[in-house]
Amino acid sequence: MIPVASETAAKAAPVKQTPVEQAHAALRGVTCVYHSQGRSLHALGPVDLSLARGEFFSVVGPSGCGKSTLLDILAGLNPPQTGTAHFEGKSILGVPDGVGVVFQEDASFPWLNVHDNVAFGLRRAGVDPTEIKRRVDYAIGFMGLKDFAASYPAQLSGGMRQRVCIARTLVLQPRLILLDEPFGALDQQTRLIMGDELLRLWRETSATILLITHALDEAAMLSDRVGVMSTRPGTFIDIIETGWDRNRDSRVVSKPHFGDITARLWEKLRVEALKMMSTREL
Amino acid sequence: MIAVRSEAVLRFGIVALLVAAVEMLCRLHIIPVDVMIAPSQMAAELIKILVSGEYSADIISSIANVLISTALSVTLGFVAGLIIYSAPSLRAALEPLLASYYAVPTFIFYPVFISLFGVGSGAIVAIAVLLAIVSMITATLNGLDRIPRVLRKTGRIYRMSRIKMAVMIELPSAAPSLFTGVKLSVAYSFIGVIASEFILSGSGIGYAIAYAYNNFENRHMYALMLLIILLVTGVNALLNGIDRRLQSQRHR
Amino acid sequence: MHKFGGTALVILACVAIWQSLYVYVGDSALASPLQTVEKLSELLRNDDFWIHVSETGRAFVWAFAIAVLGGVSLGMALGLGRLAGNVAEPILVTLYSIPKVVLYPLILLCFGLGISAKVAFGVMHGLIPIALFSMNAIRQMKPVYRRTSQVLRLTSLQTALTVIVPAILPEITSGVRLGLSLTLLGVLIGEMFASQRGLGFLLTSAINLGQIDTIMAIALLLTVFAIACNTLMMMFERHLTHRQSR
Repeated sequence: MIPVASETAAKAAPVKQTPVEQAHAALRGVTCVYHSQGRSLHALGPVDLSLARGEFFSVVGPSGCGKSTLLDILAGLNPPQTGTAHFEGKSILGVPDGVGVVFQEDASFPWLNVHDNVAFGLRRAGVDPTEIKRRVDYAIGFMGLKDFAASYPAQLSGGMRQRVCIARTLVLQPRLILLDEPFGALDQQTRLIMGDELLRLWRETSATILLITHALDEAAMLSDRVGVMSTRPGTFIDIIETGWDRNRDSRVVSKPHFGDITARLWEKLRVEALKMMSTREL
Repeated sequence: MIAVRSEAVLRFGIVALLVAAVEMLCRLHIIPVDVMIAPSQMAAELIKILVSGEYSADIISSIANVLISTALSVTLGFVAGLIIYSAPSLRAALEPLLASYYAVPTFIFYPVFISLFGVGSGAIVAIAVLLAIVSMITATLNGLDRIPRVLRKTGRIYRMSRIKMAVMIELPSAAPSLFTGVKLSVAYSFIGVIASEFILSGSGIGYAIAYAYNNFENRHMYALMLLIILLVTGVNALLNGIDRRLQSQRHR
Repeated sequence: MHKFGGTALVILACVAIWQSLYVYVGDSALASPLQTVEKLSELLRNDDFWIHVSETGRAFVWAFAIAVLGGVSLGMALGLGRLAGNVAEPILVTLYSIPKVVLYPLILLCFGLGISAKVAFGVMHGLIPIALFSMNAIRQMKPVYRRTSQVLRLTSLQTALTVIVPAILPEITSGVRLGLSLTLLGVLIGEMFASQRGLGFLLTSAINLGQIDTIMAIALLLTVFAIACNTLMMMFERHLTHRQSR
């Protein structure tokens, strides 16, 4: 039996939210409003979210619901209008130490080869060269890039480039990894493989992971919990616990339980997606 | 749209401010009168000479030359572009030269044209076309390159004849790039004509400015310079307006 | 190297057209390819000629340096501020379209006759395109690079030097390449009627004396120089970008 969040709330109905001090990262009553050219856009919220240390949490929602804004707030790229955001018990002001981000677009630097790309963050932080070599070699090996260390991103496929970006994040040994639709530009089969890679990474590093995705199956197979967001302004209308074993991989798709989870996600999400499509702007 | 309008207002404001500053400096004689006259005086003088018509022949001559050069470079450039596009080996041979074309100070060939055609419209139009034509060729090649293959496939599925496809699919698709070529051709023709007239000619606005300069007639000289600035600004604004309309169909 | 065979053919064809034009028009109007080359080698052996060349060279180097520094700084400053860029771009484009000859008298009145006027002409021709290209380079930069440098917690200086500069370098090099040609053109035109020395001046005196072979010899020299510089810079650009695009 899957424990299921309360279905009554149109506002965020937190399920088993751990208190802020115990959560690895926590948002309370967060909203985000953009102002441009005299108009204001209520992009997100109010949102309550607690991430337990080491959990894998996915966020699914229709386009434009504010998922990326949520990630920006957790990463310290954008302060919330109202509410509080905490990481490891401290308020998030600017980008905190220990947070890594993988973006949707390819962020690999075309003027550096794979090795230098991965080493980039460490070099800027003034880390010891022997330590850099150790970590970079490890990350490149871990992400299967060893044969391509001297290649340039332009010579690699989209999937490989995202691996470079992940490796670049990995070497910084982040405790919280935020991924914004990192596999959105890839085909389905590559995505499934990359999903397994992500799980491997998660087990290896014991980091907390927040994954934003529009693919229900991805969220359902990879996560410990999945949060479903409404259309803009996004709030959590459901949070589902999947109950998977920590040693899972993409083959969970064959389990009936997987079908239950995706059915449940789509039941909530379909309504929101239809709502989103009927509005004129994105 | 609101953003574009407020930017236009800001731009107008900045230009107005600069002009006012220059006006101040001239009136206070910080800029000496024999170096530059005040903008308001330039404008007044311009109105005077336009009304009196003493430079009308020159003005008409210049504008005519610009129009002829533009027409020639756009048509010849377009045709040349088409020919080059359809012959890939020719294109490969020409590409390095086309890329280096604007590196050459084309003006140095003006004396050669004077030698060939004598001092007059012939040499002026020749150098202006020489300057402008390659931008049209490059724009044509770019435009044809950019036609997405899928559009041509669509045309073939509709069983369109070659000519129909060219006119109804390829031309509209390439239109924005082609229009950029037209804009550049106008600009280069203008520069070519006026510069040639200035350096060596017997008529035209450029010649009139040089003549006024050599005879210390500052008032006339600045009035004509103002005329050119106004003409260029006006034509640019017009062409940009058309360009924006073409582009807005393509982008959000 | 065989891919340059086609280009070599085209060049030969141009020379052939040149020769036939000469045959058709005659000595008074044109110089044949052979005559031009002969005149050029004669000039190159003449010491006086090299004095003029170095005069032009000096002015050009100054003008180019100022145009690059000024243009890149202006372009980057405008590119970083969105509003500033949007407001300034049409102004710069319009300024660029104005036939600069028109402003020459103004420059002469300000700077007098001499090397500073020539440098001013060169800068006037080259600075705006470089600024426009630099501005565009920053605006075209993928926003994700800046976000990446934020997430990696780089300082502003580190972001500027290790992320922004490498990202925009290819585009800026394009602009500088164009600026080089235009600055040279500006300096030459300045010399053509505002100087007693330099290649432009030689050109003007040759025009006045009707020495068509000198005119064409100088034109040939400048053409070869310009194409050589341009090709070198294009090779540099290609080196920068071949890693960056498929």
